[in-house]
Amino acid sequence: MTLQLEIPTNEVVELSDVEKKQIDALLQETLYVSGASIDALKIIQNHRGWVSNASLLALSKYINLPLADLDSVATFYNLIFRQPVGKHVLHPCDGISCDLMGGKKIRQCLKKQLKINNGETTRDNLFTLLPLPCLGACDKAPVMIANKQLFELLEEKSLPSILNHLQQEHAK
Amino acid sequence: MSHSVHAPNNPLTRFITQDENCWQLNQYQMQGGYDGLKRALTVSGPAVLDEIKESNLRGRGGAGFPTGLKWSFVPQGDDAPHPKYMIVNADEMEPGAYKDRLLLEKTPHQIIEGLIIGGYTLDADIGYIFIRGDYYTAIKHIEIALKECYDNNLLGKNILGSAFNFEIHIHTSAGRYICGEETALINSLEGKRANPRAKPPFPQVAGLWGKPTIVNNVETYCNLPHIINFGASWFKSLGRFKDAGTKIFGVSGRVKTPGLWELPMGTPIGEIIDNYAGGMCDGYKLKGFLPGGGSTDFLLEKHFDTPMDYDEIGKQKSRMGTGTIIILDDKYCPVAMVLNLVKFFAQESCGWCTPCREGLPWAQVLLEKIEQGKGELSDIKQLEDLCKFAAPGNTFCALAPGAVEPLQSALIYFRDDFELHISQKSCPYCSEAYSEDINDQ
Ligand SMILES: Cc1cc2nc3c(=O)[nH]c(=O)nc-3n(C[C@H](O)[C@H](O)[C@H](O)COP(=O)(O)O)c2cc1C
Ligand code: SF4
Ligand code: FES
Repeated sequence: MTLQLEIPTNEVVELSDVEKKQIDALLQETLYVSGASIDALKIIQNHRGWVSNASLLALSKYINLPLADLDSVATFYNLIFRQPVGKHVLHPCDGISCDLMGGKKIRQCLKKQLKINNGETTRDNLFTLLPLPCLGACDKAPVMIANKQLFELLEEKSLPSILNHLQQEHAK
Repeated sequence: MSHSVHAPNNPLTRFITQDENCWQLNQYQMQGGYDGLKRALTVSGPAVLDEIKESNLRGRGGAGFPTGLKWSFVPQGDDAPHPKYMIVNADEMEPGAYKDRLLLEKTPHQIIEGLIIGGYTLDADIGYIFIRGDYYTAIKHIEIALKECYDNNLLGKNILGSAFNFEIHIHTSAGRYICGEETALINSLEGKRANPRAKPPFPQVAGLWGKPTIVNNVETYCNLPHIINFGASWFKSLGRFKDAGTKIFGVSGRVKTPGLWELPMGTPIGEIIDNYAGGMCDGYKLKGFLPGGGSTDFLLEKHFDTPMDYDEIGKQKSRMGTGTIIILDDKYCPVAMVLNLVKFFAQESCGWCTPCREGLPWAQVLLEKIEQGKGELSDIKQLEDLCKFAAPGNTFCALAPGAVEPLQSALIYFRDDFELHISQKSCPYCSEAYSEDINDQ
């Protein structure tokens, strides 16, 4: 594929045996290989935290789909990360119902406490801040998702203890 | 078809109890779960379809299209193409909508039962549940519920001893609002970027992998077991106005008891806001509200008597949408509210057509200008033009027309607020809505 040249990468990534096994299982389930592409990207992200150019290339070779196709899919969806992220990705809601209930203050407070802007990661690699639209809990606004957990009825004063709690989960 | 007599008036939520395991198979079956499927399997697919048509069930995903009619376009008979697909649209991402999450977390079997009944009705082979990736608990419950079904002969070959075979897969979305549009959803399932498809051909004829495909909302499927169990005339009798059945309604914003309630179709808006949501919080007044999520036109207190009924809300120039009401209070800036929504839609635009890809970001720029006190009167005119450019028929899908609904109605109902921002060169609402950090970067 000449298209491979369009994605610069010096690094060579080999998919791990676990990744290969999980991707094989996906391919079993689908009639067409491309139907597995999004889930395969997610598998890689699960193991590596994000999808680098090099891992994209490795996946492209492994499932035999054009790199450009995989890249166009990987860049389209919000939950496929094309940049490294921290241990915990914080998703405070920036939907309208949360904002009506003070969501913006919560997001500003998070930025201040972590000393980062949206899309950035703290120096210690613990937290990445990535607001998401309406998280489907508008009657408990404002809310945030972190570590697959939903934190409801957020108040500024409850944020330090939530961050602490996440940090401790990390230490475990 | 014969029907069960003990008909409830809250079919969708009666399975939800205090018990945190109420979503599991044994509890669901103890309360009559899968009786609808059993009953359906005793009659033919076309007979089930007749009952659904007769029930006047309309899709609960926002557009209110009659479900039976939609299904009747799927090719039937021996020379119909296979596999046929039935898809549950569980990609709920509409701003201010949170009803499907409740059903997914608390009643996964109700959705699955509806999907199996749908599969049987249309002689489909494969079901998909396309679920929002951030709905972790819902995903877990659906996965376990599917396994319970395979273990109990409710899925797989010869379901409950019948000749019907059906399998269901779950796909967790990688996140984009546009995935909820049914043809974009199909593209996403095929592993592509989620751009909507041109219609015709309609998915019912050529959808997933070119095969006949039905996409319906979570709540739509939830109604099916009950329609089959208790009958179309019972279902119609539930509505208080013209539309049939019940609906999960919700209210969010500065009300005393925000939440979700299953109520008859046609329940007046004011009753939902005042009786169920408890009215406004102390110190706040109602300024307006979006009746059905973030892509519906504003209505005002004078519309409180309007029943939550597709056509009646349409007459007031708004839409029932998802039935989840968002309240704008008197202390929150209407320009900021519309800006939040437009920004969301601009970001989620798939980029296929110009009024959406270019128009929405430009509307965002103008609204930011106005909110920051740097707007001019001509900006209002431009915003009105952008709304017209994004009107239905000018774009490839309904995202852009929906996106401008709050804006176009705000320009009518809250025009004073827009003008005041411009004349006093600042936001008149000193509340939390305003902040110099307007871009929220
Ligand atoms: C941008 C956009 C997003 C949508 N999102 C959803 C959604 O999350 N869930 C849903 O059920 N329908 C959604 N819809 C509507 C679907 O296209 C489709 O009409 C619906 O799933 C049909 O189901 P129903 O007839 O049962 O309502 C969306 C439509 C558009 C244009
Ligand atoms: S209206 Fe917007 S989301 Fe829909 S097809 Fe056009 S660009 Fe894509
Ligand atoms: S707007 Fe935040 S959960 Fe819906």
